[in-house]
Amino acid sequence: MRTIYFLWLRQIKKYFRSRSRIVGSVGQPLLFLLALGYGLGSVYKSAGQGNYLTFLVPGIMAQTVLFSAMFFGAMIIFDKQFGFLKETLVAPVSRFKIMLGGALGGATTAVIQGILVFIISLFLGFRPLHWVDTLLVLIFMSVLALSITSFSSAIGSFVEDMQGFQAINQFIVFPLYFLSGALYPLTRVPDWLRIIAEINPISYTVDAMRWAMIGTSRFGLLHDLIAMGITLVLMLVFGAVRFRYIEA
Amino acid sequence: MIDVKHLSKRFNETLAVNDITFSVEPGELFALLGPNGAGKSTTIKMLTTLLKPTSGELSLDGHDVLKEPHLARKSFGIVFQDPSLDTDLSAFENMQLHAVMYGLTLKQSVKNSEELLKLVGLWERKDSLVKTFSGGMKRRLEIARGLLHHPRVLFLDEPTLGLDTQTRNLLWQYVDKMAKEKAMTILFTTHYLEEAENNATRIAVIDHGELLKIGSLKEILKDTDSKNLEQAYLKLTGKAIRDEEVSPHETWRAIRRARSMR
Repeated sequence: MRTIYFLWLRQIKKYFRSRSRIVGSVGQPLLFLLALGYGLGSVYKSAGQGNYLTFLVPGIMAQTVLFSAMFFGAMIIFDKQFGFLKETLVAPVSRFKIMLGGALGGATTAVIQGILVFIISLFLGFRPLHWVDTLLVLIFMSVLALSITSFSSAIGSFVEDMQGFQAINQFIVFPLYFLSGALYPLTRVPDWLRIIAEINPISYTVDAMRWAMIGTSRFGLLHDLIAMGITLVLMLVFGAVRFRYIEA
Repeated sequence: MIDVKHLSKRFNETLAVNDITFSVEPGELFALLGPNGAGKSTTIKMLTTLLKPTSGELSLDGHDVLKEPHLARKSFGIVFQDPSLDTDLSAFENMQLHAVMYGLTLKQSVKNSEELLKLVGLWERKDSLVKTFSGGMKRRLEIARGLLHHPRVLFLDEPTLGLDTQTRNLLWQYVDKMAKEKAMTILFTTHYLEEAENNATRIAVIDHGELLKIGSLKEILKDTDSKNLEQAYLKLTGKAIRDEEVSPHETWRAIRRARSMR
């Protein structure tokens, strides 16, 4: 437990010591909120859908958590390149603990990022429907964050350099994000797109967050929770198995 | 203390280590010499559980490295050829994380860290982030960290590479002192032959993955009919320059190291 705690703490310390990382990873969601929230707001309204910013904020928070958590995979690649990974691999600690400690740390920083975006959105005029339900968002974000940091540890363990990692980000994570319903409702889209959205695990977190913050849900909370739970378990296993074969 | 039996490692087509057998007795300061790409680092990587051998047996402090990697990991410390510190953490935090991973109590951790950081002259800088350290300071910190859990066996893979003469001498003083005080067994590699000449109890020369010679300095000089180790070494390994195949991370780390030495 102590090992996991210290490896967690390491990620937290590194996060708070890198001001550029904090600013950088809030900058992108802020841009999305401003450019899309204000830019598309009137179109969305005239289509009879209501306030776009209200719809968008939970999606952008999920986006923030998703990409911040993916960054943990890049941290593993940095650890390979800076050599620190070897120090952990020769230590008498199981690979699973090494992965879990880091993944929990990465997930914590991702959730902090999500909260920062929430606070920013309050300044932009966003108001959640129920403040108490909104607290549940913390749990949903945590589950998403840990699923994604586990996934990215798997990626980080077999990708050799940042270019390869970026490619995976571009070809897997970005499409999943765009097809998660984070930016626009996926109710009136072609069937093939809807099917992809329905097997996309991120859709369910976005849906659950919307349920908690603005009271609308497409799949129903129970479905969301089941999907999120299954995703978390699968990703933890995927991360743990792949990480066992990591080479420094 | 260290037993290597018929150890081989094959990377695709190349045989990096070819049927090497040797053993190191407790308390020895054992030098592993060889040109670039001879198989020194590969051998150390296999001994330290970072690489799986293609065939052969390895044991450290009575533990089978392949069957009980966890126990073997507890008994050795290592200073890698290239950097392995977290430069975003302070010197003390690097030590602390190491102590936790090796199961030291907080009290032990603080006591040993203080003793070792004082020994390598970094105690005053213990709370500075490692990224502010010079190459020599980083090296000293890595050595202190490798000794933190009082390993029975210490691997030093080119520990003095890129260091100035002063630091190198100081470092060997520490290592000698630690070896005697803590009754440690030490296996090191180096390209500075005088380091092996001055410090090693026994020397092994390997090239192209094969063990060419093993024995005390006297024995090696006598067998090769040489006046000094350099002459013996060149007689054994020839004068050709070697190319070494490395992984992209190693190249990257080598560049970083070269930069940090400036």
